[in-house]
Amino acid sequence: MRVQSMFFKKNATEKLDDAVLQRNLRTAKGKFVDGRAKAVAEIDEWEAIRTHAAALRDRALADLDAYLVEFERNAIRRGTVVHWAQTAQEACAIAVEIARANGVRKVTKSKSMVSEEVNLNERLEEAGIEVIETDLGEYILQLAHEPPSHIVAPAVHKSKEQVAELFEAAHKKPRLTDIAQMTREAREALRDHFLTADMGISGSNFVIAETGTTLTVTNEGNADMVTTLPRIHCVITGIEKVIPTLEDFATLIRLLPRSAIGQTIGNYLTLTTGVKGPGDTDGPEQMHVILVDAGRSKFVGTEMQSMLRCIRCGACMNHCPVYQNVGGHAYGWVYPGPMGSVLTPVYVGIENAGDLPNAATFCGECAVVCPVKIPLPDLMRKLREQQFNERLRPWTERFAIRAWSYAARRPKLYALLTRFAAEFGARLGGREKLIHYWPGLDGWTRGRDIPAPEGRTFRELYRERLRAPWRVKP
Amino acid sequence: MKVGLFVTCLVDLVRPSIGFATLKLLEDAGCEVVVPATQTCCGQPGYNSGAREAAIDLARKVLAEFRDCDYVVAPSGSCSGQVKVHYVEDLFRDAPDRAEFEALAAKWYELSDFLVNVLKLAKVPGTFQGDVTYHDSCSGLRELKVKMQPRYLLQMAGAGIAEMPECEKCCGFGGTFSVKLGDIATRMAENKVANARSTGARTIAGGDLGCLLHIEGRLRREGDRDTRVAHFAELIAGGG
Repeated sequence: MRVQSMFFKKNATEKLDDAVLQRNLRTAKGKFVDGRAKAVAEIDEWEAIRTHAAALRDRALADLDAYLVEFERNAIRRGTVVHWAQTAQEACAIAVEIARANGVRKVTKSKSMVSEEVNLNERLEEAGIEVIETDLGEYILQLAHEPPSHIVAPAVHKSKEQVAELFEAAHKKPRLTDIAQMTREAREALRDHFLTADMGISGSNFVIAETGTTLTVTNEGNADMVTTLPRIHCVITGIEKVIPTLEDFATLIRLLPRSAIGQTIGNYLTLTTGVKGPGDTDGPEQMHVILVDAGRSKFVGTEMQSMLRCIRCGACMNHCPVYQNVGGHAYGWVYPGPMGSVLTPVYVGIENAGDLPNAATFCGECAVVCPVKIPLPDLMRKLREQQFNERLRPWTERFAIRAWSYAARRPKLYALLTRFAAEFGARLGGREKLIHYWPGLDGWTRGRDIPAPEGRTFRELYRERLRAPWRVKP
Repeated sequence: MKVGLFVTCLVDLVRPSIGFATLKLLEDAGCEVVVPATQTCCGQPGYNSGAREAAIDLARKVLAEFRDCDYVVAPSGSCSGQVKVHYVEDLFRDAPDRAEFEALAAKWYELSDFLVNVLKLAKVPGTFQGDVTYHDSCSGLRELKVKMQPRYLLQMAGAGIAEMPECEKCCGFGGTFSVKLGDIATRMAENKVANARSTGARTIAGGDLGCLLHIEGRLRREGDRDTRVAHFAELIAGGG
């Protein structure tokens, strides 16, 4: 997926006027937000589990290298080939090479945000390999030639009617209107691909160090088809996904589906450990795991390391008022919402992320719902500091902030300036006490009036009261 | 009891009447109120825009101005959050004068929290007839757990509380966000205004002037000249 994040502001404004999207976003918000609230309310010790989960993620990250090596050792023992990719290009090259070496012509995929990150489908197709997305949402988007707009519900921006249209064109069958029937039609279309693919590629929610296992949580069962039917199974995942033990997973799985879509547990938990053994009836002959860095290590050891705790549930975006109004595509890359506002600038370079760290009101809802307690607003603020220091914000904005801070440290100058501003504002407001336009504040006045200042500052009036209290107080 | 009044830059500049309402509430409750003349801004605009050094300077200035007070009270959840949470947990976390900022944070209160939980007021000077719908500002709500305090005070004055849907949802002000990403901020204000109006209450109240200006600005742009948007302090302080 190409990085378009520098156009956030322009994209967001367009999305605000997209009536279909706005309707879909409202429906999705209801489902995600209410669903999570209900599922969370079922557990008394929710906060305690969150605290525990954050700590166990921190423990894993503190010794990230050691756990990754432990994972590698145990995975190799079970016949898995472990590959390390420092960049997106390397990750793709490894996957293409595995395919080429084994004469792979068709790949079935289970959803993986990392593969979106590194543009894996594009690279495989360039190498002459057919790629079939098998998650319903990803399948829809593949037909539409669109990137996902959400990490858990990738096609959430599409309406049923839009999907029906895509299916009609792709499946060459009469248009359906019933969701269950549409799902059945997609399933039938995918069945043949499952059976004829030479390689299955999946992402992984966690990789477990003590057993060398990779783990996928899904609701559709397609991950089982992708990981067991083809002769080769290739997992592509981020290095931060490693957790020490199966028991850690037992904790995290209590948080993940609840935070994501308000489910008590995912429908399918697929644990894959190594290749098909002698006498096994199914499973792949080869298993590969590609551990991808692609910017993740840039968080390690910095004050932003807590971002790597992320378990990709999407609760932050579901609850973010900015995301709720503009949708995922506005963010211009793989990860939308608050998580994207932190991940994108670090992964792809802050100079390519434009307004993302500023695409938040700091309302704090994301931090409240994050199951592993990532202080997302604080991390965005760190990025704003970097943008400010590296002069990546418009000079007018930096000048305004500098000027304000300069004056605020000089009370006499400040008093003079605010006195003028209050008087000027009151005059501008006129009889109706509303300002329809203020020089330099058109970002505000385009959609809102400014209630005019009363005309005199508190400090002026208070000084007067101190001098002549009888005038103010009986 | 010597109570420092932190006026907030927006109140000073735009709505001094909120400052005087706050002053009246504190004085009527028997506090000896001091208003340091040199106070300006808590540093939040710079802090949230990435100008960390400027925010640190202003925080030290705030500390010096209110060092002698037993309590400090501000009619704003967001400025109070800046002092109580961000000074301590971020700006001065590793600074030599951290303890002083912890002490400042400990005696610093958002107005409604102070009136209810420190002064334990049993009555307020003002009376209010009719229904109010209350917008929970984000910082006060999530950083300081200010939720029931202002509602309690409004009810004490006689107001009915007509809760709007999504009263805890951000109104879209977000300081400089409202200018930098004005179109999104406007949409959020539209949502807030629609929710508030759906209650039928003729007054929208809140505890942060930034949100109130934002909500009122949108309300007026939509042509509504009647619905009142007010700080809760103005509604409960009574005239004079």
